[in-house]
Amino acid sequence: MIALLLRDLRLAIRTGGGFGLGLAFFAVIVIMTPFAVGPSPAELSALAPGILWLAALLAVLLTLDRLFALDAEDGTLEQLALTLPLEAVIFAKSLSHWLTTGAVLALLGPLLGILLSLPVSGMLPLFLALLLGTPALSFIGAFGASLTVAVKRGGLLLSLLVLPLYIPTLIFGASVASRGAAGLDYTQPLALLSALSLGCVAAMPFAAAAALRASLR
Amino acid sequence: MRSLWEYANPRLFMNWTGKALPWLWVLGLGLTGLGLVWGFFFTGDDFRMGSTVKIIYIHVPAALMAINGYFLMFVAALIWLIRRQPVTALVGRAAAPVGLTMTVIGLVTGAIWGQPMWGTWWAWDPRLTSFLVLALFYLGYIALWEAISDPELAADLTSMLAIVGSVFAVLSRYAARFWNQGLHQGTSVPVATGNRTVDDVFFIPLAISMVGFFFLFVAITLVRARTEVRARRVKVLEAKG
Repeated sequence: MIALLLRDLRLAIRTGGGFGLGLAFFAVIVIMTPFAVGPSPAELSALAPGILWLAALLAVLLTLDRLFALDAEDGTLEQLALTLPLEAVIFAKSLSHWLTTGAVLALLGPLLGILLSLPVSGMLPLFLALLLGTPALSFIGAFGASLTVAVKRGGLLLSLLVLPLYIPTLIFGASVASRGAAGLDYTQPLALLSALSLGCVAAMPFAAAAALRASLR
Repeated sequence: MRSLWEYANPRLFMNWTGKALPWLWVLGLGLTGLGLVWGFFFTGDDFRMGSTVKIIYIHVPAALMAINGYFLMFVAALIWLIRRQPVTALVGRAAAPVGLTMTVIGLVTGAIWGQPMWGTWWAWDPRLTSFLVLALFYLGYIALWEAISDPELAADLTSMLAIVGSVFAVLSRYAARFWNQGLHQGTSVPVATGNRTVDDVFFIPLAISMVGFFFLFVAITLVRARTEVRARRVKVLEAKG
């Protein structure tokens, strides 16, 4: 399982594509925002937590369809399923997806927040919200990706399936970030966000494994 | 005495639904018509809401069936995954567009009522938001059915989506309440407490309309499921050449 995790991490970092592109996409959306809503710092700082969360959500979504598609195409996934329980395969793949998107986005988010006039006091809550919330995005996304493995060019379908599932995470995550930026207490939404992430990490590999098993049959 | 499950056998299913459907149509159309005509023409106006109160006779039953339609899909998904009864998967598939229609009717009638009463077509109120989210879940479910050509795989995957989706639909409902306090009034017919806020004058036609919508929903869903069963048979015949 650890070998699989390391392999996926290496693949993500070395081959052009997923890893760097997702982060670049995140940065580009944040940079485009002021052109759309105007450069006024007051308005930008009010929008910053929400924009950063939306951008993170889309960056995660963008890299999801690679999660199983390539390995399913060349038969690697079937081989992996023979050697490991499918739940463990999905757990390792989701974890490597999170390490290469969510975890890096959490580090990058507060930095890009500077561009959106995010107050300095809001940086720690934004970092915490992204760090603790993005695991839910990766693991829910793994379920969505396993549903669409059987669909050719399933990228658009994947976003229609996955985005509604992201709503609770987005609500709690953005609420942590915006309460933090406003200097309010954010422990309650942070606790709910963490609970959501933990629940998804625990349960989603099983749901995704059931879906993959049906597709591989 | 037959076991209940045998009625999900396709041949028996076609048999009993064929016999039950005329009755369901009569009940559905008759009660809906009675409830609506009674509500629209034979009840007074509300002293605060005026005649806009009458939209309740469509809005509440549609909203009721929108939620119960999703619940039906959830139950059908469970039965399909546990017992592999092909008809239940088809019933789930048949119910989705009907449920989506009910959701849209609920949203549109709510907007038409909300404009004069709240002064806005739309507000990001938890109840309204949950309904919009419900519509998205219906859309995703329908899209997944359409995207996969292998019927058994499609039934499996959509069932899993329906089950996981139900969990997240409920989560979204409570998350939305956390996120924004509401504008929508509380439920008019709380089943748990029994403290109705609607007078009998309005409630009786409303209840009739609700029952009517229920039978209408069942009738349309069964017609659609029968069509699906027939489409399967045609495919099998074509495959035989």
